[in-house]
Amino acid sequence: MTEIRFSGFGGQGIIRCGLITGKAISLFDNKYATMTQSFGPEARGSACSSQVVVSEDRVLYPYITKPEILISMSQEAYDKYEPDLREDGILIIDTDLVKLKAPRGKIRVYSVPATRFAEELGNRVFANLVMLGFFTAISKAATPEAMKKALPGLVPKRFLDLNIKAFDQGYEHGQEALKKEKDQPKG
Amino acid sequence: MKKLKVDPKGVLTGAHYLDGDFAIAEGALAAGCRFFAGYPITPSTETAERFAERIPFVGGIFIQMEDEIASVTALIGASWAGKKAMTVTSGPGFSLMMENIGLAAMMETPIVIANVQRGGPSTGLPTLVGQQDMMQVRWGSHGDYKIIALSPDSPQECFDLTIQAFNLSETYRVPTFIMTDECVGHMHEKVVIPPADKIEVVERKWYEGPKEKYLPYKPDKDMIPFMVKAGDGYRFHTTGLTHDERGYPVINAECQDWVVRHLNDKITKNAEKIIKYEEEQTDNAEVVVVSYGITSRVAYRAVQLARKAGIKVGTLRLITVWPFPEKRIKELAKKVKAFVVPEINYGQMVLEVERAAAGKAPAILVPHCGGWVHNPEDILKAIKEAAK
Amino acid sequence: MSKDVKAQEAKNPMEDFLRMDRIPHIWCSGCGIGVVVTSFVDALRKSEIDLNKVAIVSGIGCTGRVAGYVKLDSFHSTHGRAIPFATGLKLGNPEMQVVVFSGDGDIAGIGGNHFVHAARRNMDILVICVNNFNYAMTGGQVAATSPINANLSTAPYGNFEYPFSLPYLADACGATYVARWTCLHIRRVTMSIQEAFQKKGFRFIEVIAPCVTLYARRNRLGDGLNLLKYYHDNSEIRHGADTRTLDIGYQGKMIVGKFVDREKPPFLECMNTHMKKALGDKYVPYGE
Repeated sequence: MTEIRFSGFGGQGIIRCGLITGKAISLFDNKYATMTQSFGPEARGSACSSQVVVSEDRVLYPYITKPEILISMSQEAYDKYEPDLREDGILIIDTDLVKLKAPRGKIRVYSVPATRFAEELGNRVFANLVMLGFFTAISKAATPEAMKKALPGLVPKRFLDLNIKAFDQGYEHGQEALKKEKDQPKG
Repeated sequence: MKKLKVDPKGVLTGAHYLDGDFAIAEGALAAGCRFFAGYPITPSTETAERFAERIPFVGGIFIQMEDEIASVTALIGASWAGKKAMTVTSGPGFSLMMENIGLAAMMETPIVIANVQRGGPSTGLPTLVGQQDMMQVRWGSHGDYKIIALSPDSPQECFDLTIQAFNLSETYRVPTFIMTDECVGHMHEKVVIPPADKIEVVERKWYEGPKEKYLPYKPDKDMIPFMVKAGDGYRFHTTGLTHDERGYPVINAECQDWVVRHLNDKITKNAEKIIKYEEEQTDNAEVVVVSYGITSRVAYRAVQLARKAGIKVGTLRLITVWPFPEKRIKELAKKVKAFVVPEINYGQMVLEVERAAAGKAPAILVPHCGGWVHNPEDILKAIKEAAK
Repeated sequence: MSKDVKAQEAKNPMEDFLRMDRIPHIWCSGCGIGVVVTSFVDALRKSEIDLNKVAIVSGIGCTGRVAGYVKLDSFHSTHGRAIPFATGLKLGNPEMQVVVFSGDGDIAGIGGNHFVHAARRNMDILVICVNNFNYAMTGGQVAATSPINANLSTAPYGNFEYPFSLPYLADACGATYVARWTCLHIRRVTMSIQEAFQKKGFRFIEVIAPCVTLYARRNRLGDGLNLLKYYHDNSEIRHGADTRTLDIGYQGKMIVGKFVDREKPPFLECMNTHMKKALGDKYVPYGE
């Protein structure tokens, strides 16, 4: 079982990240994925998040408890949710939007300038797709094929190609990061 | 019951990633519901939104009414016009609906109402889970009557049980409820919608005899009277007053006795046909966990842990919550040490377990007052306690 | 006398329209509701409308009992809810002429919000409201229509609340047809109902009727005849009158007539037109 939390501020497409990931895994990767999100006024504005529980068997308890993977696209979301991340978890951040605190436990940190990449692609609304591509490469929680198959219906039709492009760019960046990590082992 | 050919226009065949609220709307469309009247309320609004978005391509009515009183009343009118009709709401709206839920029960009108439960009382927790309307659904409107209520534990079951709710409502001419909750309503999971010809939908029990002989409240052999549509020339009468077989008001104790017994007995005497539950490992169980809706999933986690610890624990998941499977509880009560009943309220269905167990085995409540689901550890603790 | 004539005489002219097995009705002698029912039946007869396609919906109260006596598809719903019930019925079977027949307490009191919204969305129903200025079924309590100074059982020292002027309310909410009569104007009421049958949208006819047993007795206004005399002497027909000028004071003058007659597509037509425009061929029209 894997517990994933996407977090950021309202308007970044954080809920969409959870939806795409959950749909990809449960419809195209043949696993179980339950997606929940925070609702109401407290879900708008400041820190917002969506959660996905992934499992080989049916998900029983629907919420995440101690996530292995945390994606943070804003400082506030990072500050709020980082303490819940497992000591051996994976932390993924937007390079330009999150300033890291001192490292904790064996948490592995990966960063991508998702928003900057998206702006280069023409619009910062694609930042969540860059992030999803990067997350897919790093976490391998879903296959990139499944993620791309999940997009229709969840992103506007006329921007499907741009969304895929954003995803691919994030994915490549993620693979490069992994390669670098492998080539230059720490310690 | 006659099977009805399902209109494929309403059926979104395939695998989808939907939340429970959306799945209810898809279930309704698949069941042939073509009339939806509702009023927005968190956390149920997504069902109305989905229906409003989909119905123009299927052919039917979505109307946002001025309140929940009007919504449920409009369903009754539409149902008498021959439409399968539904609405969705949550706590405060459910309270407003009670008046005309009574009218639907009295007029024996098939309608379906989904309640995506949140924490109460009053405005309570608009965005957070509760299972606090389980007794209200049974007893909420004044007077003596019975209803049918189902409790889905996942978006898939929201879809399946909505179809089931329509079938039961049409079969027994009774308001039927989908008692889900914020957690299931807002949770996204895979929902598989079968092809139209694989979906079982029943036809309302239409009257086919001579027009002048039609009696809207004359019970048939199965206790359920035949129905006709407004506009088909029967020129019938129906009322919320105590009435005879003709539907004419009769204000005396004798007729009241006939009506009240009928409204109750038609459900009680058909209960075994209506009731559905899921039972696991109860054969040698010392403890049986009785649960429903989202809580049953959380409880299963506790059950797994308990079994690992060597406790013989079985589960009984209520799919039909009303009528309550008292016969089964009665049987189990003779064999088990105790029942454990977790629910997201301060003790509602546990009272039914207790009543059915009739002192043969205690029912241990694991309450959660709403706002979140149980911590499985709390349920585990109760199971361990019960097994002692 | 030939047999045919006898047979004809034996048949009550109301037989095709009323549930004779439910007569006698429950209304008091001198009550005006029966008069309005007669006008309604007369309008049904004269308009040669298919009776199988007319439904009547009532709420609760004295006028609420109308649904029980008229031999149509007839629904006696809950207090104040006749209009939403009728809304569901009409939308469920759009080919029906759906008539709401209820009292002032039902329509303007407890059901006021439904009235306002059905008129706003121009729901295609005809609402006939018998206004007797009080809650009669429960014993003559003050209503949303009770004139100031009238004495009522829950206003035992006289009413001091401002009453609704129902035609003004209906007009303001967008009704396509608004008329007011007293139950002295039986032929006018019949004509108004006939006319309203020909129109679409939210149509509203208010008929002022005497409640002899409660309202009149409490206020020492005499019997049915005295009240009809009052209607005769104090009502003035003024078609097209500004609906802002239609207030009724205690035993005061009553402006009657047809005040509003406008063309406006009703709910379903709006829905179909709008959806066709928004969705094109993909839209599946409803009830056309």
